[in-house]
Amino acid sequence: MSGVKIIGLLCNWCSYAGADMAGTARMKQPAALRVVRLPCTGRVNPLLVLKAFQEGADGVLVSGCHPGDCHYNEGNYYARRRLELLAAMLPALGIEPERFRYTWVSASEGARWTEVVEEFTGRVEALGPRDGGAA
Amino acid sequence: MRIGVFVCQCGTNIAATVATRRVVEAALSMRDVFHGESIQYTCSDPGQRAIIDAIQQKNLTRVVLAACSPRMHETTFRRAIAQAGMNPFMLEMVNIREQCSWIHSDIDTATEKAIDLVRKGVARVRRQTPLHAGSVPVTRRALVIGGGVAGIQAALDIADAGVPVTLVEKSPTLGGNMARLDKTFPTLDCSSCILTPRMVEVKQHENIDLMVSSEIENVRGYIGNFEVDIRRKATCVIEEKCTGCMICEQKCPSRAPDDFNAGVGESKAISVAFPQAVPLVAALRKEYCRLFLKGRCSVCKKVCPAGAIDYEQEDRFVTERFGAIVAATGFEQFDWKKAYPSFGGGLYPDVITSLEYERMLSASGPTGGHIRRPSDGAEPKHIVFISCVGSRDESVGRPACCGVGCMYQAKQAILTKEHIPDSQSYVFYLDVRAGGKGYEEFVRRATREFGTIYVRGRVGKVYPRNGKLICMGTDTLAGHQVEVEADLVVLAAGLNAAGAAAGLARKLNISYDMYGFFSEGHPKLKPVETNTGGVFLAGACQGPKDIPASVAQAGAAAAKVVSLLSRAELETSPMVAEVNQMKCTGCFKCREVCPYGAIEEQELRGGRRVAHVIGSLCQGCGLCNVACPPAVIPLKGYTDNQLIAEVVEVLREPEPASSAGASAKAVEVAE
Repeated sequence: MSGVKIIGLLCNWCSYAGADMAGTARMKQPAALRVVRLPCTGRVNPLLVLKAFQEGADGVLVSGCHPGDCHYNEGNYYARRRLELLAAMLPALGIEPERFRYTWVSASEGARWTEVVEEFTGRVEALGPRDGGAA
Repeated sequence: MRIGVFVCQCGTNIAATVATRRVVEAALSMRDVFHGESIQYTCSDPGQRAIIDAIQQKNLTRVVLAACSPRMHETTFRRAIAQAGMNPFMLEMVNIREQCSWIHSDIDTATEKAIDLVRKGVARVRRQTPLHAGSVPVTRRALVIGGGVAGIQAALDIADAGVPVTLVEKSPTLGGNMARLDKTFPTLDCSSCILTPRMVEVKQHENIDLMVSSEIENVRGYIGNFEVDIRRKATCVIEEKCTGCMICEQKCPSRAPDDFNAGVGESKAISVAFPQAVPLVAALRKEYCRLFLKGRCSVCKKVCPAGAIDYEQEDRFVTERFGAIVAATGFEQFDWKKAYPSFGGGLYPDVITSLEYERMLSASGPTGGHIRRPSDGAEPKHIVFISCVGSRDESVGRPACCGVGCMYQAKQAILTKEHIPDSQSYVFYLDVRAGGKGYEEFVRRATREFGTIYVRGRVGKVYPRNGKLICMGTDTLAGHQVEVEADLVVLAAGLNAAGAAAGLARKLNISYDMYGFFSEGHPKLKPVETNTGGVFLAGACQGPKDIPASVAQAGAAAAKVVSLLSRAELETSPMVAEVNQMKCTGCFKCREVCPYGAIEEQELRGGRRVAHVIGSLCQGCGLCNVACPPAVIPLKGYTDNQLIAEVVEVLREPEPASSAGASAKAVEVAE
């Protein structure tokens, strides 16, 4: 047990389906991730990411449809702008920027999803649990 | 509030990795959980029965179901709890199969994760409110995109059911790739003879509106109510006037590549695709026309007896409404030239693709059905067929099987022997995949009756020597190198989705894989659906397949369309945004971000202007929810409260389960 906990905020149409596909193909992954399903990454309020850190998450991973493939046409573009800003603000809040990642994984990319989870979990594990809950 | 938690064992799919009894015990210590139960198969009839019974006996008001992905069975269980008299949306599915038991091996870790996820589910369902689906009227008209055999079949089946269909084809004629084939395996039916009557049927069908030389420009709307802009490309030929006499083609001085004949032979800038084209009309390609390139010509206009030529023609756009869409855009052959420099990369004219060879075999093809070497026009005697060029080849990054290569190579070897009796064909193969009905027998005929020599192994290199092509390869069965002197080399190049498929996928909001093939809704249970409601798939646009499979899938897609459009109204998802108008400040940031124009202004008594969500237009993306400065436009089913509660609860260190609490509630574990 690695001891870290990671929150995943996944869009229902691409990344959540991609994560399902990885499961259907029995691709083993580290178990630190806890996925919250959302209709779209455009539904991700940056404050929700901060809330997760505040509540003690050691990492937050947001994943949605590839640019251009959003189920709602443009939701992931809003997400990208919001999350890019958020990422820039994290150091000022005392959160290592490596603990946050947003990416795009499609419904057919089960293998890529597994790689993303492995890479991100490894990265967060290397940093270790965050000391103190407050962001 | 009384919550029931049901933990599915899914046989051993979940139970082998997640200790479901421990999950139930942990759930019973959670707030408001009054019932916990582990069931062998929740989705089975007895499983659903058990859930319904528990709801009724224990007066449960909310249900958490820890089982497979909600994408798999959410609808099943919503229906089940509705049977028990509950609002179907008072259900939360917790994914402990695809995203837990199947991806972890350690029982303790997986169980701990499953408990976290259940805690998250309980937190979420506690904040769920009953939702009620609305309804929208359905447009009773279907759009079929692509006029190959799959699109033809789908259009005819839908139209025969009395539903109007618009069939959009990008090229000037119906037929697609099947029209290019000479014979079909394993019966050696003449491809044109079985296809062209179907093409004519489409043209003549009273319920089908055929639009050739047309492409999908834009798709708006949603299941039951799509609004599609169709580009009707300028062909400089007035379709209603053209009689297909082909005089223009004969007199046209501008040469152009022959698209229909896969580039074998030449065509003219103005031409009819092939003699059996439907509709039988000419089309002009401006990029090769002397008039448009040099400013002087207009021979076709002078010779046309029907006065059908119009150089001023421009692309037109029509917008139509549809209730359902079938994508049937087919495949194209992978361009092997860059990936295989070892086969000359296109430098040797006598190395051709199987589709080019098919046109040579065809009596209506550019060589009149005579097999000729492109280099010198001589009749080849030794023909080498190389399989799996750009398929099953990890070295070029294309691991997939093309699915049809083995069969059409056997067919082409047989036809070669029929065309040139003193010829000898060789097939270099990896495995002969002949899984269909009558397929294996057909391949055996190729070897036994027609003397085709099958060599198991890849060809490593093709190079010219003394006017011949030397194919160097390995016979992996005999375990030695082989060299075959060939007059002609035919490559079974792998298959991709048609070039425009990715662009179309974006317009339709469906996903596709690395070859461009569209993703079906579920690999087993939704083979013709997509993840976008109302969009269906038919034929090779979904993955490589042969003609019978394409036709079967097209029929299935048509049945889905007909059943969808047989309803006058469709239920809409109630998971839409809703404005708290008391608190709305009227800034209309929500309207700016809404991709669907679903937000309108409303005036309250007293003149205050506030936002209002048009429920039937809202698709539930939640963009407005995040954009709203005072946060007063919650997305139902995904409210801020629900999401925050999920995050908080999943991160909370669980208190040690109070055994008193658990024993006060009944633990039931079905073995």
